Amino acid sequence: MKLVLAIIKPHKIDEVREALGSLGVQGLTISEARGYGRQKGHTEIYRGAEYETSLVPKIRLEVVVEDDFAPRVVETIHQAAQTGSIGDGKIFTIPVEAAVRIRTGEQNNDAL
Amino acid sequence: MLSRCSKFAGAAGVVALFAAAPALAQEAAAAAPAAPFTPTAEMVNKGDTAWMLVSSALVLMMSIPALALFYGGLVRSKNMLSVLMQVLTIVSIAALVWVGWGYSLAFTGGSPYVGGLSKAFLKGVDASTLAATFSNGVYIPEYAFVVFQMTFACITPALIVGAFAERIKFWPLILFVVLWLTIVYFPLAHMVWYWAGPDFLPSAPGDHGLLWGWGALDFAGGTVVHINAGIAGLVGALIIGPRIGFRTELLPPHSLPMTLIGAALLWVGWFGFNAGSNLEANGLAALAFINTFVATAAAALAWALVEQIVHKKPSLLGAATGAVAGLVAITPAAGFGAPGTSIILGAVASVVCFFFVTTVKNKLRYDDTLDVFGVHCVGGIVGAIGTGIVAAPALGGQGFFDYTVMPAVPGTYDMAAQVITQIKAVALTLVWSGGVSAVLFYAIHKTIGLRPTADAEREGLDINEHGERAYNY
Repeated sequence: MKLVLAIIKPHKIDEVREALGSLGVQGLTISEARGYGRQKGHTEIYRGAEYETSLVPKIRLEVVVEDDFAPRVVETIHQAAQTGSIGDGKIFTIPVEAAVRIRTGEQNNDAL
Repeated sequence: MLSRCSKFAGAAGVVALFAAAPALAQEAAAAAPAAPFTPTAEMVNKGDTAWMLVSSALVLMMSIPALALFYGGLVRSKNMLSVLMQVLTIVSIAALVWVGWGYSLAFTGGSPYVGGLSKAFLKGVDASTLAATFSNGVYIPEYAFVVFQMTFACITPALIVGAFAERIKFWPLILFVVLWLTIVYFPLAHMVWYWAGPDFLPSAPGDHGLLWGWGALDFAGGTVVHINAGIAGLVGALIIGPRIGFRTELLPPHSLPMTLIGAALLWVGWFGFNAGSNLEANGLAALAFINTFVATAAAALAWALVEQIVHKKPSLLGAATGAVAGLVAITPAAGFGAPGTSIILGAVASVVCFFFVTTVKNKLRYDDTLDVFGVHCVGGIVGAIGTGIVAAPALGGQGFFDYTVMPAVPGTYDMAAQVITQIKAVALTLVWSGGVSAVLFYAIHKTIGLRPTADAEREGLDINEHGERAYNY
């Protein structure tokens, strides 16, 4: 099993979710996150007082899938979340040791 | 000097209070052979009375919730309730102080500097007593006048708290407000707005406040309310010192939607403030109304345009701040200018305040948290001086009335002399309010203390001063 962890632009979440749904992904988890990379944040100005905001809002998306399925999930997120401008985010793939569905006790691939 | 007595020397520049009328009338009769004037119930118009009561409610709305939300949205969420509570409590205590001794000190005769205590606790005022307006033979119920002026005494000290928001102890602030109203506000209101009234001045030509006698024009309170509160706020901010984290941490507003709700309600309420200051529901009230509308619109737009040029983006906070700057600036001029000159006055005040708030404040590095000085004092000064220009009949203004004769007649307008008079009135307000406020703040700071502990300030005033939080998720 693989954990696909993606950091994406918040306004892209609906497109990504739709694309993953079409691909057959059964479930995923998102959380609101803040961070920075090459996109160095932005400047806010309140009555002339300038604030450099280095941490910008992002969506952190997590989905665990079978090993063979992971590359297609990554490619789908990549295409759906891309705008081509700086700050589009990153996708990581991480091995997962075990999984359990809490309701039934099913293990590993059966639990996905 | 009396030849320069102005028609609207004041928001409600009136007075004439007829609890004391029999004695006053007898004195007048002794001095002048003319028959003593006695206002009667027939001189009261129901339309005027209704308008004054509605206006009073509108001005109360300017304090709560308008000013409270305007300020509250601009502080961090940990201090939201402290600002709301300060404004609510100041309004409440100012109302009680006003009926206790404020009305009497501001609006009875005595000296050019302050009134007496003959009407303390509204002694002698009842449903049948009357207050003068700006027209010969037109009166409103004295209670309507008392309550209208009360709302001004409520909002003025509430304006001050923005200057040192996020770093003030609650009860010492309330103590300051009671002392400040008594020593600064009531005497200044008396100096600017007290006079015997159009039917009484001819037989009692010395019966008026100091600035009214100078001929200073202040339709609805540029000096008494805005310059007065603005300079007091600056002095307080300097004595209390900057917030922890000022210029080193992010201190952004926590809810600009709240701030817009507040600014918009201020605009609506301000119609009561400015058009109500005419004391009669007539064409001049309508003039003050439209001037208030267009000056504010021009000011909001001007701020946004300047921001577009300077910062490349027009901000909501900027436009809302510009609107308030325009409201402040048109306040002394509302019933004097024409719509065209009011638009210019609003736009000019907005640009001057923008420069002050964004550039001068950053250079001087004082922490006026919510720009009470930069908007209310600076905008008030632009408006007060501008009033001397826009009131000129040559520019479509209303000029002033000579009340030393009966009935009153238009006076001869000299713009240069009027502008100098306006500057003198501004200077006196700055010196009086700034000086006394400094003494009061310093005395409280050195005795019971004005500032919370550093830990309390960091954690927020809501929890530490009031034991509650604005937002529980």
